[in-house]
Amino acid sequence: MKRNLTVTGMAAVVLSLAAPLAMGEVSVEEYRAMLADKDANPGFLVIDQGEVLFKTKRGPKNATLEKCDFGLGAGKLKGAYAQMPRYFKDTKRVQDLESRLLTCMTTLQGFDASEIKKKTFADQRYNETNTDIEMLAAYVAYQSNGMKINPPLKHPAEKEALKVGEAYFWNRQGPMDFSCATCHAEDGKRVRLQSLVNVYNKNDVQATMTTWPTYRVSHGVARNMQHRMWDCHWQMRTPDIEFGSPATTALISFLTHQAKGGTYDLPGMKR
Amino acid sequence: MKNRTLILSALLAGAFATAHAGEDLSGKVSKLVADSFKPGEGQDMSRLAQDDTQKTCSKTRNNPSAKEADAINARERGNIKYPDGNHLMGDWKNGEKLVKGGFGMRIGSIEPDPAAKQKGGNGGNCYACHALDPKEVAAGNIGPSLTGYGTLRGASDDIVKYTYEKLYNAQATVACSSMPRMGHNGILTPAQVADITAYLVSPESPLNKK
Ligand code: HEC
Ligand code: HEC
Repeated sequence: MKRNLTVTGMAAVVLSLAAPLAMGEVSVEEYRAMLADKDANPGFLVIDQGEVLFKTKRGPKNATLEKCDFGLGAGKLKGAYAQMPRYFKDTKRVQDLESRLLTCMTTLQGFDASEIKKKTFADQRYNETNTDIEMLAAYVAYQSNGMKINPPLKHPAEKEALKVGEAYFWNRQGPMDFSCATCHAEDGKRVRLQSLVNVYNKNDVQATMTTWPTYRVSHGVARNMQHRMWDCHWQMRTPDIEFGSPATTALISFLTHQAKGGTYDLPGMKR
Repeated sequence: MKNRTLILSALLAGAFATAHAGEDLSGKVSKLVADSFKPGEGQDMSRLAQDDTQKTCSKTRNNPSAKEADAINARERGNIKYPDGNHLMGDWKNGEKLVKGGFGMRIGSIEPDPAAKQKGGNGGNCYACHALDPKEVAAGNIGPSLTGYGTLRGASDDIVKYTYEKLYNAQATVACSSMPRMGHNGILTPAQVADITAYLVSPESPLNKK
């Protein structure tokens, strides 16, 4: 409880600093410096919350997540996120961090996946605090902080996810005729004042991918890449794309491979 | 001039974008889409079905062959509809509102656009991609600057028609343009497109004032 209050308090400070963003160069500089100030990142509190949750016995099976295998063996968290997405033998598919968490919450703890999927994201319009899966993702990802992005590319399914993920990145659909490439395939582009990552620019895409999960100041919560994929689809005016779906996982595979070699700098903090 | 720059940047974009291209992956992508969106209340699955233009632009990564580009231009030109009485110059003041608006058409069960905010129709979302009124600093740059559009080009019948058609269906002239086909896709009505045309062309419009 106390912890939640602190998070909201810090977010308020951060927001009031962020308000003059549109007013000119100096404010943008200040804003950037503020975002780079790690100690002020409320994402650390979410990581702590995630750790508690991870080690708490929960669900119909009354178990913790400590035996979850993120690819390096049961319970091996250090560096696991840096080597995701990857193919998992037990589920026979490529999984990113969030979809793997979902698997462990169902197999180890006995939760119903479809129930969890009904509420994966906190709703910033109602000042909600992070959902369980948002906290857990922040915690597990942080165990790869300082490590290099290095997802495996051996299994045919991993190669397929990367290839089809890139093809889907160029897929134009919906009433806006948008594909991801409309906004993320050229340098120096902006939607209004928001700079857009060019996923074909190595530095750019590394700066992006090494800072997710991220604390989103405008949402007041920590977000993960599955949320960003939903958010961009929402802007594209498609129906809701599903959490942990083959398409979001393929996209995340593509984006992660583009950013290979970048060093995780977690938790991120963004607009 | 402008077209040449566009073609050049399209070619350059294509050059590095095709690193993994070559193979036709459209079947696999369709399967991916079919497996990844959740049907149900508030969702509109028909939005995921691609028309032939979207298919060609996806497959070629916005780099269609000359023949494919001609086919797109011809098809999209044929798709243009005009307002009643063929009045392509509408009310620039309403056009200004539409140009500023960004709401509308977001769906789903998580955060659909509230109907109450959509009075007067969908927004045109123009500032997402263009500079327009010189006083508005929050302008995107995916498309070219339109500030002073009418001052620079005048308001001849040809310019008015070109502008209306660009807004109604950008791909009638530029195949695989990043600009949404505003009229064709039902984002804006023909009358609204005429209002925005007036906002761009008319000398009274703030976009054409210093
Ligand atoms: C209409 C424009 C548009 C489209 C289309 C779009 N995005 Fe985005 N994207 C944005 C904006 C705006 C942001 C947020 C930038 C900010 O907040 O500074 C963003 C942010 C992102 C980020 C996070 C960037 C960072 O540095 O943290 C990723 C990754 C991303 N988008 C990927 C995608 C993918 C994948 C798709 C297709 C499924 C897509 N986007 C489609 C506009 C778009
Ligand atoms: C997602 C990006 C995007 C959006 C949204 C968008 N445009 Fe565009 N627009 C472009 C691009 C890219 C071009 C250049 C290619 C072309 O001509 O189709 C363009 C071209 C144009 C042109 C032709 C410019 C010239 O020099 O001939 C006009 C006029 C125009 N847009 C007006 C608008 C207006 C008005 C709106 C809102 C109702 C709008 N656009 C929305 C991206 C966009």
